[in-house]
Formats: sequence, structure tokens, C-alpha cells
Amino acid sequence: MHSIGRPLKRLEDRPLLTGAGRFAADIAFPGQVTMRVVRSPVAFGRLLAIDASAALACPGVLAVWTAADVADLPPIDFRMTKIDGLEPYRQPVLARDFVRYVGEPVAVVFAADPYAAEDAADLVFCEIDDLSPCLDPLAEPGEFAPGASTLRTEPAVLRKGYGDLDAAFAQAHAVVELAVSIGRHSGIPLETRGAVAILGDDDVLTLHGAAKVVHYNRDAIARMLGRDPAKLQLSECHVGGGFGIRGEIYPEDVLACAAALRLRRPVRWIEDRREHQIAANHSRDQSHRLRAAVDGRGFILGLDVCFFTDQGAYIRTHGATVSDLAAALLPGPYIVPAYRVEGHIRLTNKTPSGTYRAPGRYETTFARERLIDAIAHRLGLDPVAVRRVNLIPETAMPFDRGIDALGTHVVYDSGKYHDLLERALGHLGYPALKDEIAARRATGEAVGLGLAFFVEKSGLGPRDLARVSVAGDGAVRIVTGACSIGQGVETAMAQICAETLRVPIDRMTVVHGQTREIPIGFGAYASRVTVMTGSAVKLATEDLLGQASRIAGRLLQADPAVLAYRDGAFLHPDTGASVDLATIASQSAEGLTGEGLFETSHMNYPYGVHVAQVRIDRETCGVSVERYLVAYDIGRAINPMLVEGQIVGAAVQGIGGALLEEFVYDPDGQPLATSFADYLMPTSREAPPVDVLLREDAPSPLNPLGVKGAGEGGLTAVGAAIASAVDDALGRPGLVSRLPITPDFLHGALAAPAGR
Amino acid sequence: MTDRLATTLDVNGRSYSVTVEPRKSLADALREDCGLTGTHLGCEHGVCGACTVIVDGKPVRSCLMFAVQAEGLAVRTVEGLAEGDELHPLQRHFWEQHGLQCGFCTPGFLMLVAGAFEADPTIDDAAMMEVLSSNLCRCTGYQNIAKAVSLALKDMRAGR
Repeated sequence: MHSIGRPLKRLEDRPLLTGAGRFAADIAFPGQVTMRVVRSPVAFGRLLAIDASAALACPGVLAVWTAADVADLPPIDFRMTKIDGLEPYRQPVLARDFVRYVGEPVAVVFAADPYAAEDAADLVFCEIDDLSPCLDPLAEPGEFAPGASTLRTEPAVLRKGYGDLDAAFAQAHAVVELAVSIGRHSGIPLETRGAVAILGDDDVLTLHGAAKVVHYNRDAIARMLGRDPAKLQLSECHVGGGFGIRGEIYPEDVLACAAALRLRRPVRWIEDRREHQIAANHSRDQSHRLRAAVDGRGFILGLDVCFFTDQGAYIRTHGATVSDLAAALLPGPYIVPAYRVEGHIRLTNKTPSGTYRAPGRYETTFARERLIDAIAHRLGLDPVAVRRVNLIPETAMPFDRGIDALGTHVVYDSGKYHDLLERALGHLGYPALKDEIAARRATGEAVGLGLAFFVEKSGLGPRDLARVSVAGDGAVRIVTGACSIGQGVETAMAQICAETLRVPIDRMTVVHGQTREIPIGFGAYASRVTVMTGSAVKLATEDLLGQASRIAGRLLQADPAVLAYRDGAFLHPDTGASVDLATIASQSAEGLTGEGLFETSHMNYPYGVHVAQVRIDRETCGVSVERYLVAYDIGRAINPMLVEGQIVGAAVQGIGGALLEEFVYDPDGQPLATSFADYLMPTSREAPPVDVLLREDAPSPLNPLGVKGAGEGGLTAVGAAIASAVDDALGRPGLVSRLPITPDFLHGALAAPAGR
Repeated sequence: MTDRLATTLDVNGRSYSVTVEPRKSLADALREDCGLTGTHLGCEHGVCGACTVIVDGKPVRSCLMFAVQAEGLAVRTVEGLAEGDELHPLQRHFWEQHGLQCGFCTPGFLMLVAGAFEADPTIDDAAMMEVLSSNLCRCTGYQNIAKAVSLALKDMRAGR
């Protein structure tokens, strides 16, 4: 019985359904201290003094720390995409000399319980000399630390490209220009962040509430604390959604660890919702200017792009990641023989940014697909036909883009782009659907269709380790260096193991997110777990089975090569005698454990098509998504039910970014979207039926499973597809030049004369 | 604010004697004083619904109610939904339909639907779908939650 490819129920669900889950806020220790962060109330200013005397006088308060108390802690370093010039812009764990965004930690209060800590934190008074905040990333760069340094608020400019752009523009039939922008949004998991640190009797400090990249974070926090990494362990609990923002090192994680060491008591920090909205990473927020040289068929001969990323007040752990990905992956599924891009990383007095599910791709897919629509409109061509002309043909695979992303060379490993496009159109009955929409429009309804193509990336290396062991009772334990952010890691890893081991997955437990269990782990990001950890699990299981067959050969007195293996047991073909894995494990003095290390130097590249059908209420300018299709080639689906779950969830998250979600600031830099009443996310009313056309036509040649990632492709093209559908609904090509498409924006755009 | 009051909470048919500040929310008391951490806090503004529990037969945001207000009322949390190892139809169908990913919002959705059904056992699917829009989920896109709820309602109406 095959395990891969089956929609098995998840291993992880029972505790989550019965209230037995253990999330960070559910971790409590006797004698614990609550940490509460005092945050800057202003967007930019000189921090002159902090008066904590009233807070210290409150009952139950143990200590209040400011920057002076943690002067030994360095700023938080970059985990990814370190480039020259970014170091001076790293965030200190508590504000020093300046405050640079509303929500920046300026002090921490330690108290006996959360209510007392919050009361005391309210009494900490910060004396701040206000400075004029920079809120426009397109404005001329200003001073990062006025009077204190010459640093400007443009830490870096990325430049990439290939091909002869001048020649492309010289032979152009037409030049199409476009300016678009994407609002500031973020992952916003339902569970806020949490960090619970406890120092054990063995002098090992354990941080609970860790996520995403626990091994890297252990080493980085240990470095900051000047501590032997062996004396620090990170432990993942249940995790209430990741989406890119969770599990990066933030000031609070480091402060909780430092406090547990100094106070010699367990320290617990649980973020509240308002804090999350202003303190955890924001994302997106890019403005793009594109110029395309095209021939008469709409084929892009050359593409020249300049974009700006509003990185917020500091450069956090992701370094230049989002801009790097945007620059490298903007050309997406199209040939684009010549390309030049300049990506400006700009700082403003807003919450710092990092990655959010499909970072750099949601933004650039919006920009690129808007451009394709603009080319079609300019030349009077069908937008789908223009896409066909530009798509990379199957015969060109693997396709070397001639550019780097995240330090890896971008080579699209496999893909049948034209084939998937036709399948998506066929699935929808596209010509008939277009007629039906046109007929409704003729009756006065504002309905429209929009289509967008995208290439994702997944399976980022460099390596992953897994161990699989069988116990004497037949129980299987899979130890990984992956992390679980709710995506179904345990089930997927168990299914991969079961495919080789041929035993039911309910006999398996899967360990993840525990640094003490395994020396190597690269965690859960960049849609990498099923590809990287999954491949390591496959190798480990094969290693285990090889060892087991040798022992079985001894026990059955036969050459291991002649033994048959069926449903967890080896069978002697002549005598009919058999021995199962549990028996083999109990007969083996050293136990039965296999190990697998999977390494790769390239990412792989899944791809897909999104089609949106929207209806607009001309009175309210509200946009409803009537139906949504995601056609996606994943190479191979380990569990199609889980893959579809990822895609549908991501699509609805993308609809939030396209229509509802935005971190808005007032002219003083005060954040206006600090609660769920202001930062609007889709509810079940806004979520359309999402149809998933899941294909396995182009398996990845880069891993033994043929898999590509599932985590992000449901989201990547949502902004692009919905924008196109809104244009179509209103008969105004190019109307949507920014996301989110709020009623306010649409009302203003409709009031303006057509053609502008 | 620190004068504590002794009160008794009736949760899942069991009586908990707790001493809490009057300002303590029901959610915090359930989690900290009763040790029932299945009730989650996603916003503490009454918007996300992760903290939904059933109070006297109706779904209630436990972040918006003080613990002392629950004295004398019957509170039910997700921990009281299954009967021993026997899962409630909602739990069973959420599992089978993949109606949860990270699982953080799940207890709130389960108690929302269970509570709405208790409050009105004649509620139809369309009205229940309206009810569903009062809670937030960031993972699933709601499609599988809706499927699970629809199937569970069939079982619940049949008394299964």
C-alpha cells in the first residue's frame, strides 16, 4: 500500500481538537516572572531619559531594564542575505539614543504576574525629543541618526541583470511603462508571539516558544549572550501559524533569555495583539517602476525595473532577502532575454519588515502581470495570448535565468508552463466563461475575470538531517531538524517514511523543532520542509531498511538480497519464514536507526496560474470574489489534502492583501491598524470557493521524491489576478495600480476621468 | 484593583473555587486558575473569537467577560466537548475534512458552532455559515471548516 499521494488524516490533530495543544502561552513554570515591554509612543525622536521609579515602586515588580542594563547585548544580526553596508542599521534589543518607530522596545518590566507587569509598564515614563519622522520610502533618503552619524536611510541598492538591454530597447516595436505599488501587510498569525525561558539545574537555558529556525536561533542567541551553544536549547511548542514572521529572532526572545539567566527565575513573555501589530515584522510595501521593450506580438525583448522596498526602521534578521528575491524572481515564467533591475532598500519610521509568505513574489507577480496586461492593452492583443508568447517553453528546461537569488543560482528545474495554462483554461471552460461574464456585464453588472501566471521557488538548501528508528514494540520515531508551523509536517514526514517502510503512519511519532534532539536543522521557511527534510527522511528510512535487511538475513539464514519485504516484515521466499521490524529491532543490540542527510545547492521552482472572478458593487465600491482557481504544479504531492489546504488557505490570505489588509500610518507615524477591528483580514464571508487544479506534470529532478513546495503558491498571484479582474469588471484596463484595492481607492479611481 | 474576590466557576460540570481580581477576564481565569488552556487568546478585543466558550448555552467571547460575571453560570470549554475518547461530531469532521492547520483558532470555532447549535437546534446551514464569519482563521481559508461544520450539523441534528 502506497502512502505517498494519499489524503491521510493528520497525525497532529487530536490534541489540537481536544484543547490539549501546548502553545507558548500554555507553558508555565512555578516561580515564573512576567516580562512586559515598554514601547516607544512616538515614531522618531531622541531618547533622553527613562524614569522607571514609579514602576519600580509597584507591588510585585522585580526589575525594570533599559538599554543601559543590556549594554553588553549586541544588536540582532542577519540570518539571511547579509550584504555590505547593512550592519549599522541592525536593531538593538532596547532602543539606544533614538526611538525609530511606534512600538520599539525601550524598556522591560519584570513582575510577579501579567496584570501587575502591565500596570507597572504603563508607569514607565520616556522623555523623548520628537524628530520629524520619515514615512515616504520614495522621498530622498534622510538622516538615520541626525547629529550622531552620517548614515542615510538608504542602506543599500541591489543591482542585477543580464542581456543587452540597450539593443532590446533599440529594436522595440513599442515601449510600455508602468508604475505600481503594493501595500504594507504581514502574516498576522492568530497566535501572537511568546517566549518562555528557564534555566535548568544543569545550567542549560531552554527557550520555549521558539519556531521556524531553532538551530540557527540557538547559535545566534548564544552568541549574543556570550554563552556556549551547548548550554542553550530551543524548544518548539505548538505553533499558531508562521507565515514568515514567526520564529525570527526578535528583541523579546533575547531579553527573555538574558532575564532568565540574571534573575535566576523562569521568565515568560506573551505578546498581546496590539504589540504584535506594531512589533512583529511587517512586509510587502514595494513600489515598482517598469519599462518594457516589446515587439509587435507583445514579446518582451527587454525589461528595465526600478523598485523601492519600505523596510521600516531597522534591518532585521532577513537582511536584504525580500528585495533580493524580488529583484531575482521578477521575470517569473517569461523568457525576457534582457533584464536590468535596481532595488532600493529604504528605511522609514515604521515597524521593521521581514518576509511574509511568498516574499518578493507576491509583489513582483503583481507588478509583472500588471505589465503583461498593459502590454496587451497597448497592442490591442488578448492578454492570454501575450502570456503564451512570452512563457518559457518546456524544451528550454532546465532554464538558467542567469541571475542569483539567496546566494543560489536561479535555474528553473522543470516546468510545462504552456501545458498548465491550457489545462487551467480548459478546466474553467474559459471561452464560455468569458461569454457568460460578458453577458452579465451587458446587463449592467460589474463582473470581471483576471488571470495571472507565476513561478514560485521552494526547497532552499543547504542540507537537512533526519533519523528514523524502530523500537522493539514496532513504534517508529522520526527525528528531524524541521519545524512545524501548523502545515502538517508530522503527517507529511510520516507518509514519506511509510512509503518505504510500509507500515501505517499511526505507529509513527515525528520530532521537530527541538535542538537537543538533533545536531543539524534548517527549519521551516521558503517552502523547504517537504523537499529538504522529506528527502532526508526518505534517505534515513532507506538506510534503516538496509540495516534491517542485513539483520533479517542473519535471523532467517538467507542472503538479504533474496528476502522479500512486505508491510514491515522480511519474508524468506523459500521457507515462508518472516521477521518483522519490531523483532529485528529487539534482536539488535545497537537498536535500529537509520540516518539520512540530504544536500542541495539549488532551489526548485513550482509554478501555477491563478484566475479570479470578481463582482464590484458600484455604490459601495466593495469587491467580492465570486470564484477563484489555483492551477499549480507541485511535482509530486505527498498528501494532496494537505497541499490543497495550503493552497486554499494561502489564496484567501492573498485576497486579504489584495482587498483588505494594510498597515496605515497617520502623518505623525502613528500606526492606525493596531487591532483586528482596523487591520481587516478575510472572514468566511469574504472567502470565495477556491478551486484547486493540482498537477504533477513536472516533478523536480533535484530531489529523490520529485517534490516541490506547497506553502506559498496559493498566494503568489492573488493580487495580480484580482487586479486584472477588477479592471475587467469595470472595463478600465490599468485602473488598478496598487494593492490593496480598498473601496476608498476604487471610489477615487472611478471618480477620476477614464484614460488617466 | 488588586483586591481579590473568591468566586466559584462551574466549568464542564466541575466546580472550581478561585480567587481573582475583579478585572480578571474569564479567559484568563479559565487558563490560569482552572488550568484549561484549550481556550486561546488571539486578540483580547473580542474580534477573532479564538476564546469562544459556551456560557449558559450560548457562545461567548471569554476575553470580553470578567471571571466574576460567570459565577453561577454553566461554562463549557473545548476540554468538555468530547465524551472521554469519543470525539464530538464537530471534532471528528474537522479532523476528517482537514478543517484545521495550526489549530490555534480551532477551539473557538468548535465552541462557536456547538454553542450556536445549542442556542438554536433548528439552525440551518445558511444561518450557521453566517455565524462562522464571526471568528477568524488565518490558515485554512475557511473552505474545509465550512465543509466540516455542514457535515457535523447533519450528525448533530440526527443526535449522533
